[in-house]
Amino acid sequence: MISFGLFNYWAVIVLMMVGFYTLISRDNLVKKLIGLNIFQTSVIMMYVSFGKISGGTAPILIDSGDHGGGEDHGGAEDAGHAVVETAVDAVGSAGEFLTQGASGVAHAASEAGEILYSNPIPHVLMLTAIVVGVATLALGLSLVIRINEAYGTIEEDEIARKDNAA
Amino acid sequence: MSQNLPALLVVVPMILAPLAALLNRPGPSWVVAAIGSWFSFGAALRLLGRVLDEGVVVYSLGGWAAPIGIEYRIDQVSAFVTVIVSSIAAIAILYARSSVRDEIHEDRHALFYAAFLLNVCGLLGISITGDVFNVFVFLEVSSLSAYAMIALGQDRRALTSAFQYLIMGSVGATFIVIGIGLLFVMTGTLGMADLAARIPAVWASGEGDRTIAVAFTFLTVGVTLKLALFPLHLWLPNAYTFAPSAVTGYMAATSTKVSVYLLMRFFFTVFGEQFSFEQMHLDMVLTPLALVSILAMSLVAIYQSNVKRLLAFSSVAQIGYMVLGISLGSVVGVAAGIIHLFNHAVMKGALFMAMGCVMYRIGSVRLEDMKGLGKAMPWTMAAFVGGGLSMIGVPLTVGFVSKWYLVQGALAQGRWAVAAVVMVGSLMALIYIWKVVEVAYFQRREDEADIREAPLSLLIPTWALVAASFWFGIDAGTTSSVAISAAETLLGVLP
Repeated sequence: MISFGLFNYWAVIVLMMVGFYTLISRDNLVKKLIGLNIFQTSVIMMYVSFGKISGGTAPILIDSGDHGGGEDHGGAEDAGHAVVETAVDAVGSAGEFLTQGASGVAHAASEAGEILYSNPIPHVLMLTAIVVGVATLALGLSLVIRINEAYGTIEEDEIARKDNAA
Repeated sequence: MSQNLPALLVVVPMILAPLAALLNRPGPSWVVAAIGSWFSFGAALRLLGRVLDEGVVVYSLGGWAAPIGIEYRIDQVSAFVTVIVSSIAAIAILYARSSVRDEIHEDRHALFYAAFLLNVCGLLGISITGDVFNVFVFLEVSSLSAYAMIALGQDRRALTSAFQYLIMGSVGATFIVIGIGLLFVMTGTLGMADLAARIPAVWASGEGDRTIAVAFTFLTVGVTLKLALFPLHLWLPNAYTFAPSAVTGYMAATSTKVSVYLLMRFFFTVFGEQFSFEQMHLDMVLTPLALVSILAMSLVAIYQSNVKRLLAFSSVAQIGYMVLGISLGSVVGVAAGIIHLFNHAVMKGALFMAMGCVMYRIGSVRLEDMKGLGKAMPWTMAAFVGGGLSMIGVPLTVGFVSKWYLVQGALAQGRWAVAAVVMVGSLMALIYIWKVVEVAYFQRREDEADIREAPLSLLIPTWALVAASFWFGIDAGTTSSVAISAAETLLGVLP
């Protein structure tokens, strides 16, 4: 198992700053939107990194034999709760991951001797955030189109000049 | 039905929004939007009644209990804010019919009403949800629809200001998501009540206290950007100036108010008053910013020649009052902030709607075009004066009530300078309101244009708000008792 340490978080910080700087420094409205998108994407990466536990598997219930074969509906529901509880524990571990790095977590998990799940919640949250990001980008681009129709340019300084001249 | 009221409050406008878009005809779409807004108003009033009688109402969506599912948690503050938002929405939608017909191209009416309903849905959602990530989702629902509504303004600068707002608003929202993520990773929960229970333990353990502090910072910056506290207010003046009149009146009264609510929710409920004020020294940041905001923005407002812009800067100054109240951290201070949420919504709504009437008749809200309007449009300008008196804080208006509590809160802590700034701010409000009054009443119009009074469909909603600003100024007991019990709930002081 290769441990990446805090590499993810460095990548997040770099992306976040690249996006934010682009957003602030560019005059071109489309480039601003690109910067905004990079900025938002870095946050998605951050959340996904929170949820990942090294050695953890996808949060699909692996039948460890405790629940028996032919499960009725109620059994499946119990199992669902078990997953969620594991997931909540996993988040606590992810917190340690931030401060101690990955090795400690993997160690703790192997001691417990259970199946290790990555936390699904951040992924689910980020599905929502991706949708929001897409909607924001779509609205932003359509505004840029309208601005281009109204001003004939998408450069911020030229727009300001035309507004002042008018 | 009444059991599911909290969900319906949000879901009904949400479902009606696509319906309004699909009907795609101005009349029917408006009817749908009006039904949605008035339904929400009724539901919010009933909820407020229930909360005042029974205490906190908790509603688990889909029957999943809190830490796993999403819950709506409605206490006095939430209920009060939902009433503010939905009452303004209900009045604004009546106003919107004529105003929108005048200012927005007919093809886009249906889409406007759809965006309006989505905005109502988002703002109400923020006010009642008990889940921090849900806050972000509703925040984006309300923001995206707000950008779209602003972009519908007649002037082409509406487009650029909507774009500017989109960029800054999205940055603010992303900051909030970062803060929420950091909290989540340290506590493993997204529920507000759950977070409040777990944060002290994480903080005390000494491991990850820096993460909590960073989360606190990101949330503070993100939310203050959304509520346009000086110096993060840059998006607001343009957006309010160039948006369609109905949108300005509605948004000025609601969207920043909900962000102020969010600020209180995070500081007092999630982090706790003790953590925010004693560990993070929040008041050291917020009080100076609020004071600068009151003075600087009132000063800028005095020099504006576009009245909508003048009122927009005055809005930033008024947000300073609310934040000032919150930053005092005492029951009276926070109550002053909450009362001012309502009071400012009422009076600023009235002022912007009066300007919408002017826009409807003369097509401009620049000072030099408003000469002699006191004679030509007596009811409109009288509404402006009524709202203006409240803005200044004349006794028997709502503006006086909030300033009374604010000054009381400041003096109780021996902060004479703060109380003085509140007074100076009122005097500056007198100057900028007087500027408009002077032009409208004491200057003669050169051209002999035939200007008639605004139609009743605009005047009635405007006057409803003006009347409310006097009614709740004279009968201040109702709002202030709700606000004080809300402040006590927030600060955890049991009455």
